[in-house]
Amino acid sequence: MRVVVDFDLCESNAICMQIAPDIFEVRDDDFLYVLNETPSEDRRSNLEESVQRCPKQAISIEE
Amino acid sequence: MHSSITIVGASLAGVRAAEALRSEGFKGNIKLLGDEAHIAYDRPPLSKSFLEGEMTSEKLSLLTTEKINELELEIRIDSRVSSLDIESRTLEVKGGVEEFDALIIATGARARKLPNTEKISGIHTLRSLDDSIKIRDSFKSGNPKVVVVGGGFIGCEVAATASALGIEVTIVESQEVPLSHVLGEEAGKVISELHTNNGVQLKCGVEVQEIRGDSQVEGVLLGDGTLLEADLVIVGIGAVPNTEWLENSGLTIENGVCCDQTCLAAPNIVAAGDVARWYHRGYGKSIRLEHWDNAAEQGKHAALRLLQTEAEAQPYAPIPWFWSDQFDRKIQLAGISDPEDDFEVIVDSPEEGRYTAIYGNEGRLKAVLGINRPRHVMQFKSLMENKASWKEALDFAREIK
Ligand SMILES: Cc1cc2nc3c(=O)[nH]c(=O)nc-3n(C[C@H](O)[C@H](O)[C@H](O)COP(=O)(O)OP(=O)(O)OC[C@H]3O[C@@H](n4cnc5c(N)ncnc54)[C@H](O)[C@@H]3O)c2cc1C
Ligand code: SF4
Repeated sequence: MRVVVDFDLCESNAICMQIAPDIFEVRDDDFLYVLNETPSEDRRSNLEESVQRCPKQAISIEE
Repeated sequence: MHSSITIVGASLAGVRAAEALRSEGFKGNIKLLGDEAHIAYDRPPLSKSFLEGEMTSEKLSLLTTEKINELELEIRIDSRVSSLDIESRTLEVKGGVEEFDALIIATGARARKLPNTEKISGIHTLRSLDDSIKIRDSFKSGNPKVVVVGGGFIGCEVAATASALGIEVTIVESQEVPLSHVLGEEAGKVISELHTNNGVQLKCGVEVQEIRGDSQVEGVLLGDGTLLEADLVIVGIGAVPNTEWLENSGLTIENGVCCDQTCLAAPNIVAAGDVARWYHRGYGKSIRLEHWDNAAEQGKHAALRLLQTEAEAQPYAPIPWFWSDQFDRKIQLAGISDPEDDFEVIVDSPEEGRYTAIYGNEGRLKAVLGINRPRHVMQFKSLMENKASWKEALDFAREIK
């Protein structure tokens, strides 16, 4: 699976980082960085939680 | 297993509940009943980007037609539920009586209104899409003078949006410092300066005495005798949970539907979102929140509760979190702050518009406030989830300074 972030929607509130810090990082410059675009299958449930809790619905998973 | 689950309130908590039921494999019928004329939509932009006029209402939608079909939802809009009979497991819905096996209460809250102002036009509260459209249209007509009554988060957001559009706006707030009942005076001042620096007028420590105008609002008279001219008044004085329809149901209603720590209000009945008051095990008391993230998460938790036995049920005990956008600032609060708490400012950089402060009491970290500091907020939120002590929080603060 592949993590896709729509950066036009993302408002860097970092809730995804709190849920999956190995995949998402909001750095000191306030931008979101995707640390791992192709996480392994065992990260799916955490990733899905990030998708759901992103208030901008900016994250999607491509299979 | 239930054969049909009915959700009352077709907004964020209700939609997330329906999604959770399906992803957990629930095969029965799911009915979603809402009293608005629109299908579920997202509220936060209503005081921000949507109000500013950049956004179409389709962009707010929480449910597409494909999604509705995929989830096999039976949705009814414009269907107010007027009462609940627990014994017969029925609901009185506009147009008839409906049976259910299990029920999810997600009727949210509505904006509190100023008394005796119904007949005067130009006075608005902001809760629904229709409210936001009306205010947006009024912003565009002529060059209105706007008075915002109440300097809470929604009032501050509306004022910021109006001001960004070049509209003259005054906030009237009864406390000496807006938001100080939540954030304390020091942090409240940081936010009020943000407003005054951006051209918003603040009238604090004074109450509204009277709304002037017969059919159309003309002004707002304050307790100190000041008369503010106004073509448009936006009232942001808090929200009231929508529980009237449950009054004779036998459920316990106390500023919300009272639930146990798992979101259960009665056997086979759960509540979630702005309408729910539940026992939060982490805080050792019952609380009710009006936050987007909570409505989404509690909707899910409450729905799953209906599919679980008592032994399987999990307590719902999140660290609350919300954001508010004002001007170019993203304000976030995680945890529950109290003006009486110990308070420590960690970053205060007016040039960059950045600010972080933490709240603690009884030796524990209780909350973190961040202005354009999402990373810090989330780091301290994680500490709270790990029940960090105040000392640990201060040590961490030193590390990131
Ligand atoms: C203008 C605005 C800005 C906001 N900004 C933020 C923000 O920046 N950050 C944040 O964290 N939160 C924000 N919020 C709060 C967030 O939107 C709410 O917490 C969230 O909408 C709650 O969802 P809910 O599903 O519990 O209730 P609601 O969204 O209130 O939905 C309840 C639904 O039930 C319907 N209903 C009520 N009674 C009945 C009945 N008897 N029968 C049938 N239907 C009924 C209502 O009409 C409504 O459609 C904002 C809210 C508003 C209004
Ligand atoms: S949760 Fe969404 S909006 Fe927030 S930083 Fe992550 S992707 Fe961006």
